[in-house]
Parts: sequence; C-alpha cells; structure tokens
Amino acid sequence: MSQRRLIYLDNNSTTPCDPRVVDAMVPYFYDKFGNAASRSHHFGWEAEDAVDYSREQIAKLLNVEDKEVIFTSGATESNNLAIKGVFEMYAKKGNHIITAETEHKAVLDTCKHLEKAGAEVTYLKVQEDGLVNLADLEAAIKPSTILVSLMWANNETGVIQPMADIAKICEKHGILFHSDATQAVGKIPTHPRETGVHLMSFTAHKMYGPKGVGALYVSRKNPRVKVTAQMDGGGHERGMRSGTLNVPGIVGFGKAAELARLEMHQDAERLGKLRDRLQASLCQLEETKVNGNENSRMPHVSNISFKHVEGEGLMMTFNQNIAVSSGSACTSASLEPSYVLVSMGLGDDLAHSSIRFSLGRFTTDEEVDMAVKLVTDGVNHMRELSPIWEMYKDGVDLTKIEWAAH
Amino acid sequence: MAYSDKVLDHFKNPRNVGSLDKEAKNVGTGLVGAPECGDVMRLQIEVDEATGVISDAKFKTFGCGSAIASSSLATEWLKGKTLTEAAGIDNMDIVEELALPPVKIHCSVLAEDAIKAAINDYRTKNGLPELADATAASANA
Repeated sequence: MSQRRLIYLDNNSTTPCDPRVVDAMVPYFYDKFGNAASRSHHFGWEAEDAVDYSREQIAKLLNVEDKEVIFTSGATESNNLAIKGVFEMYAKKGNHIITAETEHKAVLDTCKHLEKAGAEVTYLKVQEDGLVNLADLEAAIKPSTILVSLMWANNETGVIQPMADIAKICEKHGILFHSDATQAVGKIPTHPRETGVHLMSFTAHKMYGPKGVGALYVSRKNPRVKVTAQMDGGGHERGMRSGTLNVPGIVGFGKAAELARLEMHQDAERLGKLRDRLQASLCQLEETKVNGNENSRMPHVSNISFKHVEGEGLMMTFNQNIAVSSGSACTSASLEPSYVLVSMGLGDDLAHSSIRFSLGRFTTDEEVDMAVKLVTDGVNHMRELSPIWEMYKDGVDLTKIEWAAH
Repeated sequence: MAYSDKVLDHFKNPRNVGSLDKEAKNVGTGLVGAPECGDVMRLQIEVDEATGVISDAKFKTFGCGSAIASSSLATEWLKGKTLTEAAGIDNMDIVEELALPPVKIHCSVLAEDAIKAAINDYRTKNGLPELADATAASANA
C-alpha cells in the first residue's frame, strides 16, 4: 500500500526544491567546496565559476546584467539592504519613503526601524481589490521622497501591482523604485529594467530553490543605484554585501532560475487552469468570497473567505491531509487577523474566515480534486457547528447584534 | 502549534452540538464573543425547575479548535450540575483539562463567560437578579 501523501497547497510559504536543483547543488558540498573568494587556487576558481554561472542564469531570467545581481541570504535581507541602504546612501536627498500597508513585514518593519532613525514613511492604503491607487501614490510624493517600495505580487492574495504604471510615476518624479518581488520572480515575467524597477528583492526558496539564499537586483545604469552596505567585512558583492558566498545555495538558485526561465510559462498555464478549477469548485459553496483582484493576480494563488467559519478551526478539519494558510491569526501569538486583508477593507470577521491556497509545480489534478472535497466537507462541518451560520440561515442580521468584545 | 489529544478529541467528536428552544422559560442562552474577534460561542442550558439542576446543555461555536473544545467540554461539565455549581466553573479548570497553551487561554475565558451568560439569561427570565460581573452579547436579536 502506498503511503498517503500530504497535499501541499502552501507554495507561497515555500516551495519544495526541484530535484534537478538538488542534483546541481550536491557536488558543491563535497568535491567543489571552495570559497568563491579564494583567487589563488583551483578550488576557489571552481566555486567562483559556479557562482558566475548562477548569476548569469538569474540575470537571464530577469533580463538584466550579471553584475546587477547581488547575492544575499534571502528576500528579508534583500529588503533590508535595499531600503536601509538607499535611506543611508541618499540621506542628503531626503528622508521620505512611500510603501503600502499590504507589504510583507520585512518591508514594513524595516520602514518602522528607519522611522526611529529619522525617516518619514507613508504607508499607502490599498483599494478593495488589493491594488495601490496610483493617484494616492502620486499625491504622497513630496520633494523629500527618495524611495517608493511596493511589492510585485502579494503573498497572501497573489494580487499583482501595476508595476509599469508605478514605475512611470517614480520616473516622472526622479524617485527610486524598489520592489519586493519574492512571490513573482520565477512564476511570472519580472524584468526590472524594462519595467522601470531600480531595486528588486527575491529569493530562491519560493521558486523551487533552496532556503537561505536570495538576491537583490540593483540597477547599474540609468540610473546607477548604490546602496550602503548593511554587513561590513570582506567587500564581497561589489562592496554591497560582505560575507562568504553560499556557493551550494547559489548554485541551486541559479539552477532554479534556469528552470524557471524555461518552464515558467507552461507551469503558469497549467497552474492557472488548476487554480481556476479549485476556486470555481469551492465557490459553489454558499457565502464565499474571493479576495483580491482576479484580473491582476498570480496564476497559482487563490484566497477565499468562507463566511461564518473561522479559518483556523476550518484548517483543523483537514490539516491531516492538506497544508494551507489562513488569514486568521489564531495560529500566531497575536490575535489580530491578516493585516493585508483588513487593509483591503475586509471586515475582521471575513479576514478570520479566509484560507490561502497556493499551488506549485508539483501540484497534481488529483490533489486539487481531493482538496476541493476535503475543504468542502470541512466548511460544511464547521458551519453546522457555527452559531453565526445558524443565525444567518435564520435571517438574523448579524450586523445588528451588539457583540461583546473580548 | 500542536493541539493536545483532548482538544483534538472534542474537536473531532464535539459533544452536545445543537440548539435548545431559547424562548422556553427553563432554557438559558449565553452568546459571547464577536465574529470580528474570531470567536463566537453560544451555550444553552435547560434547567429542571423543581431541582435547579441543569438537565441538558448544547453549544454551537464559531472559532478555532480550542474554542470549540472549550465549549464542548463546558456542556459536558454543565449537565447534572446545579446552577450554583455551574456558576463556579473557572476558566482555569478548562485550561487544565484541555492543556491549552497560553495563546489559547482566551478560549477558556470565553467558555466561562458563556456559562455565566447562560445562567444569567435563565435567572433574568425567572425574575432573579443577575450574577455579578458577567458580560454577554444580547442573545435576543
């Protein structure tokens, strides 16, 4: 009897490594273990060649120059380096940064940190569909604005921001544009130079590569962008990020980038259809709501609220079989529901009722069909237990009840 | 975060799910929490008017596994207790029985509130003064 496999629909959290990525990495733990900065012997040259090749693969994926790719430990570090690095490097030009409420914590908390160091930060609200309002963005710009940081695609909803339009506004005002493209790179075309993005953060483990390695794209010409290093030491990565390079990780990252360039389109097409099927089937349940703009969204993501059912409880009905994420924060120490969904104007009740499904390269049709069945059963079970579902069915207007806050 | 076996058991096999006639004079209903907070509990007791003993208890809960388990456990404990005994159930008893972690203690507080609210609803219906410091949503909407 074959062992039952857990169905993994949480690819926005992390993806499994592609076996071809692991195969490429293995020699760099054993035979080819050299330090890429050792310029005086074969081991070093071998490691340096491997890093160069990976950098080239990543540059090809982004359609940029090799030297514009700076390796880091991951997207969190890239976001820190981009935002803090620009803030320090361009301090003479101004101290104002514009970002949005729906950004990842790695951007938001970096901005909060900089506020203590004298930065002024505008956190834009987003529209109900998750998109930034371009008029709001332009209105927020002032003479002291040095940086706009807006994500390419949102981790919770998959909503893709109008990158080219944002870039045009930044260009018009002569402001640098950084994007956290962690969820987009390797899944949809992300070409910062053509788009007008000057700095772009991304990571290997969201695109079937290993954890612990990421990169920051830094434009070298028109404009030539410089960031102040946040890690001092041997002056690696053109002085922007010291530290011995994670050669096996970088090799895996390069392989993942190569595979993404070659297979992204077929993956996206297949997953788009599969996601649509998942979403359409689940939305046959009563009182469901898809969160985020469906016309500007990553092909493998769907965020759905199942009204009158609490997300964590719902997940408990099927988490022996399916792995997903919930916008309900009951799972974490904070009791606040997803700030991304709340910023989109979703009530806290609907935010608590949301589940994020994110498919990946290794998701099969059978898994999606099984997930639909298990989630449907779970929602029905939880609604039988739910007093507010009963009240809704009895025609009680839930907004008229004076709930006791606790 | 891993749930205790007892929470999982109550979650998978919840006891006493359902409704009692909330208009009945011998039924007390407590509705506590709020959808915005991610927890709503409705707990109902049916009281034997001759003896003052709780003869039946039902619940429905919108919430996480710990909230469901806390209310399911509460209904088990309530049956056969007098109203006075029931009013003495402390949230920490529930925390201990279900081995709730600190982030889930609010679920047990909610269950204690629901018990007190149900008792108060019964008392009000029967012309008795409410117990002190119990809070609940208006269950009569």
